[in-house]
Amino acid sequence: MDFSQQISQYILSGLATGAIYALIGLGFAIIYNSTGIINFAQGEFVMLGGMFGVYFHTVHNFNLAVALLLAILFAAVSGVLFERLAIRPLRRATPLGLVIITIGGSILVRGLAMLVWGKDTHALPTFSGDEPLSLAGATLLPQHMWIFALTVLLIVLSKLFFQFTITGKALRACAVNQRAAGLVGIDVRRMVMFSFLLASGMGALAGIIIAPLTMTSYDVGIMLGLKGFCAAIIGGMSNGLGTVLGGLILGVLEALGAGLISSGYKDAVTFIILLLILFLRPQGLFSRGESERV
Amino acid sequence: MEMLKVKHINTYYGQVHALKNVSLHLNQGEIVTLIGANGAGKTTILNSLSAVTPIRSGEILFEGNPIHALSPEKIVDLGISQVPEGRQVFKPLTVEDNLELGAYLRYRRREGRARIRASLDEIYRLFPRLLERRRQLAGTLSGGEQQMLAIGRALMARPKLLLLDEPSMGLAPLVVQEIFSVIATLTRELGTTVLLVEQNAKAALKLADRGYVLETGKVIIEESAGDLLENREVQRAYLGKEKKEIWER
Ligand SMILES: Nc1ncnc2c1ncn2[C@@H]1O[C@H](COP(=O)(O)OP(=O)(O)OP(=O)(O)O)[C@@H](O)[C@H]1O
Ligand SMILES: [Mg+2]
Repeated sequence: MDFSQQISQYILSGLATGAIYALIGLGFAIIYNSTGIINFAQGEFVMLGGMFGVYFHTVHNFNLAVALLLAILFAAVSGVLFERLAIRPLRRATPLGLVIITIGGSILVRGLAMLVWGKDTHALPTFSGDEPLSLAGATLLPQHMWIFALTVLLIVLSKLFFQFTITGKALRACAVNQRAAGLVGIDVRRMVMFSFLLASGMGALAGIIIAPLTMTSYDVGIMLGLKGFCAAIIGGMSNGLGTVLGGLILGVLEALGAGLISSGYKDAVTFIILLLILFLRPQGLFSRGESERV
Repeated sequence: MEMLKVKHINTYYGQVHALKNVSLHLNQGEIVTLIGANGAGKTTILNSLSAVTPIRSGEILFEGNPIHALSPEKIVDLGISQVPEGRQVFKPLTVEDNLELGAYLRYRRREGRARIRASLDEIYRLFPRLLERRRQLAGTLSGGEQQMLAIGRALMARPKLLLLDEPSMGLAPLVVQEIFSVIATLTRELGTTVLLVEQNAKAALKLADRGYVLETGKVIIEESAGDLLENREVQRAYLGKEKKEIWER
């Protein structure tokens, strides 16, 4: 394999992981934009997606597609429960209080997952075999294609949802002006709940499509959550293209860092980017001020 | 017919007693104005009616039924819409999206796109400038246009009672005239009842049938608009006439 092949290999697999980060990051952005909360428990719903998938597929022997749909559903409902039980009772909390409660909540969810499912790592089967494909001189697995396809599908669907449906518009309205949203009859609390449903559902999907490649366990949410957070920060917390690009950039840089320097640097890349962005450009790489935040 | 009856309401912000035993009423089809200085409690009255700021005691009856324990959504659903102070349009959304969101509960009720579309056309007829700018982001509109949009958004819910909080604030006299003439049209054509909060007392009293004067959380005068325009106390405090001028008449 020559050098350029190697690079394209890193870039393609980086894009696949980046797509996962983008999905998780969109979850951060959706909740942040409709509530102002940075939900540090977001990663746990990613974990729940994978773990519920394993649970329904291997323990209950559901067919893979059914198991995965059930997993998304259960994780999304967990997200709603989390909002009802942990966030809503604290609506008047300070920002720091909310950060603490989401971190506390994430520790609790992780702990419960460990008690129920143990500390073992589990694998989900790939969606359609392991026969490698070759693309631009690089080798990819069919699962990578699934990741690309499902991520693109989800991003397009969410764009259409926010742009063209009345509920999507209502969510955006809550994001800009909760008071005015209430005055036109939008039930702001229901919208907040709904944004948790969307975010945890998206996160769960991310956790499921990556599980066949990386395995899953009760504690994968910490790192995946952090990567998604980083994607959202690069994108300036926009729930659109910014965060998607943020995820892809992060995924590629990480793959290049791991491939060209040392695999030990994989996670360090995230932290370096996170710190650089927070110091130098806290509004994100792509944002042009308020009106971009949609 | 009495549409709204407010009986002895008291509203607090923590320790601050913002409304003290306020009573007022509106008849079907009336334009009633509420005037008072800064901090008198005008906005608080509207927010109490919209259930944004809950009352601590007293009663609010709308078409004979108590509404003070309902949620803000339910109030809109019953037919009371508020145009808040400072417009508060959804700035990063388009003009048309803002208007559609005004009909949010009608979408929820599955009222049918055709009927909502018809209301939209109605708003564009009242405010042709919004039609020209329907694809523009609301944040890029001028102050006057944003006020028209805020009113249009509230009207999209087809309210029976429209609460307007200082629609003339910061606008040029000509624009104020335009907006006030639309308000007059509303009552005339659609039979909408209007509660108009204003600091621009003169313009408001010319438009209104009746008025209330609010001072530090209390209603101190209730009269027909014509009488209020003649009232010396009101002339001195709210119409900016000098004592001398009043004596000379
Ligand atoms: N959120 C709040 N917290 C505490 N006090 C408040 C709050 N909102 C209003 N107040 C107080 O309640 C009183 C009435 O305020 P309100 O906003 O109803 O006055 P207003 O008549 O609408 O004044 P303006 O003409 O300036 O809009 C004021 O003394 C104000 O300081
Ligand atoms: Mg006010």
